[in-house]
Amino acid sequence: MVSAMSAPLISLRQVDAGYRDSTVLHDVNLSVSQDSFTGIVGPSGAGKTTLLRLLLGALKPQRGVIDRSGSVPVSYVPQLETVDWNFPATVEECVLMSRSARWVPWTSKAERLEVAAVLERLSIGDLAGRHIRELSGGQQQRMFLARALIRQPKLLLLDEPTSGVDISTRHDVLHLLADLHADGMGIVLTTHDLNGIAAHLPHLVCVNHRVVAEGSPEQVITPDVLEETFGARMDVLQHLGLLVVVDPSSPNPLAG
Amino acid sequence: METLLDPLSYAFFQKGLIVAALSGALLGFIGVYIVLRGMSYIGHGLSHAIFGGFAAMQLFAAQLYIVGAGLWGIASALAITNVARRSRLGADAAIGVITTASFALGVALFARFGTSGPAFDNALFGSILGITNSQILWLVLVTLFTVGVVFVRYRALMFTTFDPEVANVSGVKTGRTEALLMIMLSLAILVTLTVIGVTLVAAMLVIPAVIARMLTDSFARMLIISTIAGTFSGLAGMYLSYYAEVPSGTMIVLVGAVLFIIVLAATGARGLRRSAGMDSHAPRPTREVVS
Repeated sequence: MVSAMSAPLISLRQVDAGYRDSTVLHDVNLSVSQDSFTGIVGPSGAGKTTLLRLLLGALKPQRGVIDRSGSVPVSYVPQLETVDWNFPATVEECVLMSRSARWVPWTSKAERLEVAAVLERLSIGDLAGRHIRELSGGQQQRMFLARALIRQPKLLLLDEPTSGVDISTRHDVLHLLADLHADGMGIVLTTHDLNGIAAHLPHLVCVNHRVVAEGSPEQVITPDVLEETFGARMDVLQHLGLLVVVDPSSPNPLAG
Repeated sequence: METLLDPLSYAFFQKGLIVAALSGALLGFIGVYIVLRGMSYIGHGLSHAIFGGFAAMQLFAAQLYIVGAGLWGIASALAITNVARRSRLGADAAIGVITTASFALGVALFARFGTSGPAFDNALFGSILGITNSQILWLVLVTLFTVGVVFVRYRALMFTTFDPEVANVSGVKTGRTEALLMIMLSLAILVTLTVIGVTLVAAMLVIPAVIARMLTDSFARMLIISTIAGTFSGLAGMYLSYYAEVPSGTMIVLVGAVLFIIVLAATGARGLRRSAGMDSHAPRPTREVVS
């Protein structure tokens, strides 16, 4: 259970899910609400993205039930490499794709102002007219966020939002997500970055084809849970009040 | 000036010019979506598939060929989309089987029951002879339909082309949008088939769109430039076809190819960079990422 403070927006009960005849996730029970600020962690191939797609409604469960609270406005931020950044579009055009119900092709003044405000909030206000190929990785991530936020979602799902960005951008994205959560938006993201992201989130779900454990970082970032999740023994240290995961078998022992 | 005006004294040329210009414009317009989605091969295959329906209807109910071949084309288009999205065997192979089988059926029907002659050659390579008012009317109707659909579904079509998965979860009915695009494509091929020819239609879907992509980074401008390039190819190709006494489709495509070379030379590395990766949106089987 992610939060006891507000009613769940989406609940998965005894859900199995996968693709065609293979099952990737087994017997998943999970709820997310507007209070959620949750990281889904696990190794590659563990079913993190599959879980996100279940929450999103892009994948139907093979077994079990998914309850949704009415028509929940959910926005999704995919991994950067899922699109062709050479596509002929500006940042503003990309952000406005989310407003696809409009029956005329041109952009209204109100829409333009709205896009400008969202881009400004994400510190890319000066890039509205820029072609998307000309953006850095961090700016591309922000543009995706802008496209998601312009739909004013109650729940924001992000797939590896800090993958391929530098440390400074990772901090910025994390702070931005914290701000959005403080404004009342539920946040669920996948990450493989235990030290850089997961340890900073208030709630984690460890996944390895099933939910291995969930709770606060102090509850789930333990050698036993990490071994069950990642299949390898890792040490956990405390440093300046933060949990630090160390992989003793790695040449670079800081995991993630 | 005489070179331009002289052929216009013939009614068949006037009709041919209208049809060639509209065909070039229509194929250039819709070609933007086809090229950006990496569906050039589907366009090529679909034109061959439609030939099967065209041949069958020519033999059994020639007056209704546009209806019969249209239904055949739409069915093929939807089958191709379905196969491309879901096939585990490989989309290219599956599309190749469907479309070439349909094409072979058309050739077989012509060979067994038809008379080899202008109708067969015209369907393959295009001709300006014998264009009827009803053909022009159909072309105008399909063009208006296509422009109308793109006008009201502009953002949905762009979103589905750029990022289909996120479009789907953002409220765009991507399945319906893709089906609509395939219907527009099959209708466009059908109504331009007699002028451009089944073997050359795919070129006119691709060339103007690639030219436009090399010239601009804006989606809206790409639509406009591609339409203009297609129109120009149609008009210039018709005149060259008249004077060179070769099938109209070949000259229209050759004009497009020359335009492409000129633009490539003019834009150089920038044009190549812009047009790089245009096949990266090819329909792929249902995603099986399990990270």
